[in-house]
Amino acid sequence: MKVVIDQDKCVGAGQCVLLAPEVFDQRDEDGVVVLLQENPPAELHDAVRQAAQVCPALAIELAES
Amino acid sequence: MIAVVGASAAGLTAVQTLRREGYDGPLTVVGDEEHMPYDRPPLSKQVLSGVWEPAKVTLPSTVDASWMLGVRAVGLDVPGRRLALSTGDDLAYEKLVIATGVSARRLPFGSDLAGVHTLRTLSDALAFKAELAAAKSVVIVGAGFMGSEVAAVASGMGADVTVVDPLPAPMIRQFGPWLGGLVAKLHADHGVRMRLGVGVTGLRGDGRVSGVELADGVVLPADVVLVAIGSVPNTDWLAGSGLSLTDGVDCDSLCRAAPNVVAAGDVASWTHPVHGRRIRVEHRMNATEQGMAAARTLLGKGEPYAPIPYFWTDQYDVKIQAYGLFPEDAVPEVVAGDVGAGKFAVLYRHDGRVTGVVGWNLPRDTRQLRSRIGEPA
Repeated sequence: MKVVIDQDKCVGAGQCVLLAPEVFDQRDEDGVVVLLQENPPAELHDAVRQAAQVCPALAIELAES
Repeated sequence: MIAVVGASAAGLTAVQTLRREGYDGPLTVVGDEEHMPYDRPPLSKQVLSGVWEPAKVTLPSTVDASWMLGVRAVGLDVPGRRLALSTGDDLAYEKLVIATGVSARRLPFGSDLAGVHTLRTLSDALAFKAELAAAKSVVIVGAGFMGSEVAAVASGMGADVTVVDPLPAPMIRQFGPWLGGLVAKLHADHGVRMRLGVGVTGLRGDGRVSGVELADGVVLPADVVLVAIGSVPNTDWLAGSGLSLTDGVDCDSLCRAAPNVVAAGDVASWTHPVHGRRIRVEHRMNATEQGMAAARTLLGKGEPYAPIPYFWTDQYDVKIQAYGLFPEDAVPEVVAGDVGAGKFAVLYRHDGRVTGVVGWNLPRDTRQLRSRIGEPA
């Protein structure tokens, strides 16, 4: 799985960090998403999928391999 | 066949969830706008300011479904499981998702004058944006979310902006008078005039709007007026269907409005299992979460829908974020950051519990404080 984030669309909701803190973080100043792992391990895939689904800006794209 | 009425965020999410959860039968989406689903929050922000090309709001909609766009549902027969459509056709369904959203509320006068706008759809946003570029005096009626966001964008475009609201502070319905006072100051600091505590009694103009009459006798000159006085659930088409419509489409805690009928998004009210009362949430995050919940219910995998609502607003260089609920008489307390420095977070307490947290340019702390919602206070 490859994770791609769109920082321009991100609204800083932080839902991704709540679901998968190993993969996502937020910038201090504006809360915009920061990607910690572009290729998360298999045990995190479910959480990352949930994060992508629930993101209110749909700013997380997943390429499933 | 599962039918989804409403081709916006909640309807799209329901469709995607039905497919993801294994529904492989036919799916039809009926949407009254001509567009494929798009995201509404940027309309009053990036689209209006021109930072985004309008096409950027389109939501990724690659999902196996039939789309009937530019078509309205005009009637519903619940026992017969049939929709009546604006084309004159009927659509038979087995299960139904209602996600028809809301419409902008209008003033009881002046809607036919040129220059008077509401902002709900992409075409609304583009029409308003085109006039805003040349406007000298803009009056915004309503200091809620929409009015406050648009005031920030319009003043940034060089217009002379006045916001009018009968309440004593902007965004008071969302955050109460204390935070509302800070929002008022934010706008004043950017040169936006706030005429608070006074209602609008009329619009002046001959063909095109020229002024806004206030209850205190003042007439504000205006080339362009935005009416941002809230919204009305789109339930007219459900009159006579037998569905309960006291606050949008009334649902139970599993988002069910009737056997085989669920509702989601701005149009749906439901009994929140934690708060024990009926609420309806007109925010973007809820469109996604309730779209998912309602779809799961249709597939027999439903659970009581108990979200912690999330919403945000961007005004000038301030991002205000909110998790939870904010009853009218909830008491705010600053628990992180510094109000004077323009970065802080506030807990709201009501009935002995923390009900919500609001952050003002403090996203990380605000997110972390979310976990305190529900704790005794």
